[in-house]
Amino acid sequence: MSSRDRSVTSPPWPVAVPAGLALLFLGLPILALLVKAPWDRMWSVLTSETSLQALRLSLETASAATAVAFVVGVPLAWVLARAEFPGRRLARALVTVPLVLPPVVGGIALLLAFGRRGLVGQYLDSCCGITLPFTTPGVVVAEAFVAMPFLVITVEGALRGLDTKLEDAAATLGATRLAVFRRVTLPLILPSLAAGAVLAFARALGEFGATITFAGNLPGVTQTLPLAVYVGLEGDPSEAVALSLVLLAVSVIVLVALRDRWLRTGAAS
Amino acid sequence: MSADTVTTSTRGLQGRVVVERGEFRLDVEIDVRPGEVLAVIGPNGAGKSTLLRAICGLTPLTDGAISLGGAVLDDPAADVLVPAARRGVGVVFQEYRLFPHLSVLDNVAFGPRSAGRSKAQSRTDAAEWVARLRLDDLAQRSPERLSGGQQQRTALARALASGPGVLLLDEPLAALDAATRIDVRRDLSTHLAQFAGPTVIVTHDALDALVLADRIVVLEDGRITQQGTALEVARRPASDYVAKLLGLNLLRGEAADGEVTVDGGGLLHVPDHAMTGPVLVALRPSGIALHTAQPEGSARNVWPGVVDGVEPLGERVRVSVTGAPSVLVDVTPGAVADLHVAPGDAVWLSAKATELEVYPG
Repeated sequence: MSSRDRSVTSPPWPVAVPAGLALLFLGLPILALLVKAPWDRMWSVLTSETSLQALRLSLETASAATAVAFVVGVPLAWVLARAEFPGRRLARALVTVPLVLPPVVGGIALLLAFGRRGLVGQYLDSCCGITLPFTTPGVVVAEAFVAMPFLVITVEGALRGLDTKLEDAAATLGATRLAVFRRVTLPLILPSLAAGAVLAFARALGEFGATITFAGNLPGVTQTLPLAVYVGLEGDPSEAVALSLVLLAVSVIVLVALRDRWLRTGAAS
Repeated sequence: MSADTVTTSTRGLQGRVVVERGEFRLDVEIDVRPGEVLAVIGPNGAGKSTLLRAICGLTPLTDGAISLGGAVLDDPAADVLVPAARRGVGVVFQEYRLFPHLSVLDNVAFGPRSAGRSKAQSRTDAAEWVARLRLDDLAQRSPERLSGGQQQRTALARALASGPGVLLLDEPLAALDAATRIDVRRDLSTHLAQFAGPTVIVTHDALDALVLADRIVVLEDGRITQQGTALEVARRPASDYVAKLLGLNLLRGEAADGEVTVDGGGLLHVPDHAMTGPVLVALRPSGIALHTAQPEGSARNVWPGVVDGVEPLGERVRVSVTGAPSVLVDVTPGAVADLHVAPGDAVWLSAKATELEVYPG
C-alpha cells in the first residue's frame, strides 16, 4: 500500500488511540487467561472427578436446553414472523426480556413461577410430584429461559427476510401450510436455524446467574462448568482458570462455526 | 351420464374477478374453455398478476366469483374460499420460483408428493414429465445450475406434474434473452396445445400473446379494454396502447424449403429452413422498409403494394399497405414527409429474412 492510499484509509489519531485502547481492553484479559493458565497441571485438572462431572453436566444440560428451545422456539418464531394476532408486538417484546434481564433476576422469577410454592410449581408438586428447583431438569429450565430468545430472534429474522414467493409456489402445488413449512420454509432457513441453535447452545453453556439462583450449586446434579469455575476460585484458583479455558475454547469454536458457515452463507442467501 | 355432467365437463374457468386494494380496483369477466389459451396483456400495474393470484387462490376476491369446471373456487357473497393448495391450479411463475434446495426431479415431484403419493411414486410420476420436457439429463441438477430455458421447462414440468385443472403462466418468457425466447416460445406453444384444461397466460409481449393464445384480453387499469382473437385484436386495435403493443404482422401460410407461401397471396423467404407445413410468420412493422421505387439491396423479400392508410402512432407513423402479403409498416414522420406517401400511392416494401419469425401454425 502506498502512502497515498494510507492517507485515505488510515484513521486520524483521536480515533485511532481510543480504538486501540478498546481492542487492548478486550484482548488483554483473554491473553492473561492464556498466559496464567496452569498448562503443566492442565490435564490432571481437566480429568479430575469434579471437572469431568461439571463438563458432562454442562454439555448435557446445554444440549437439552437447546433442544427445548428448538422444539418450541422455532414455532414461536414462525408465529411472530407470519401470523397476525392481537398482542403480537407484546409477544415479541416478551421474547426479548430474558435477553436484557439480569440472569439472577431471571432465576428469582423462575423460582416464583416453578418453585415449590411458586405460581405453577405448587400444582406441579401437588398433582404430579414434580419439583424443578435444585434438580438437573431445573438447570435445563434455567438455561432454556435465557437461551431461547437467541434462537427465536435469529429464526424470526430469517423468516421475515425470506421471500414468501417460494411458499406461495408450494401452496399452488397442493402443499398444506404444514407441508410448506416442513418442505420449503425449514430447508430454506436451515443456515439460520443452525446459527440460532449454536448461539442458544453457547448461551446455555455459559449460563450462571439464573442457574445458581433457581437450581443451586450441587456437584453432579446442578453444578455446571461456570458454577464449578466460581467454586474453584475460592478453593483452587488454578482449577478455575483451567475450566475457564475450556469455556473459552467452546466460545472460540462457536465463533468460528458462526463466522465461516452460518453467518456468511445466511447473509448471502 | 346426466345432462348436468355433460355441461359441467365443457365448463372451463369462469367468473367475474373483483379485487380491491386501496385505490386500485380490478374488475374483469373471464371465461376460458377447456383447451383454450387466453392471453392477458397490458401495461405494468394493469392488474395482470393480481388476476392470476386471484385465480390460483393467493389473493382472495373482494367481489364476484370464480369457478373451475363448475366448482366454485371463490365466492365472497357465499363465503366460499377454496385455498390455493386445493384448487388444482398449475402455475408457472415469473422468474419460475424453483425450489433452490431441491433437484430438478424433486422440484417436479413436489406436486405429486403434496397430493399424498409416496416419495418413490412421486419421483416416478415426475420422471415422466422430466422426460417429456427433455430434462432427463438434468434431473439431478440444482435449479441454480440451469439455463433460463431449462428453468422455464422445469417450472412447466412442475406445474403440469401436479395434474392441474387449469394452467396459469405469469410472464413465462420475460426472464429469457431474445435468442432463447424464440425456441422456448415455440416449445411452449407445443406443450400448451397438449394441455386439456383452460390456460391463462399473462404477458406484456405481443408476440407471446399472438403465438401462444387463441384469444387475447387487453387489460388496462384493472379493466378489459379489448378482447378477441389474436388476429382481430392485431388488425383492429382499440387504443394507441394496443396498436403499439400488438401492431404485429402475423401471416398464415405453408412453409417448405425456407419459403412460406402466404394464405391470400405472397411468397416470403424465412430464416428457418427446417420448418414445413402450416405456419405463422411474425413480422414487426418496424422490420419492414418502405420505398417509392423498387429497391436494390440485400433484402431477400421485396414486394409491391398500395398504401391504404397512414396513421400517426406516437413517435412513429403506421402505414397500412395492401399487397401480397398486406402488411403494416412503421416509419418515422420524417420518412413519411420525404416519401410523400398518401393513400392510393404505389410503394415497394422490403424485409430481410432475419426479420421474420416462424412458428408452427
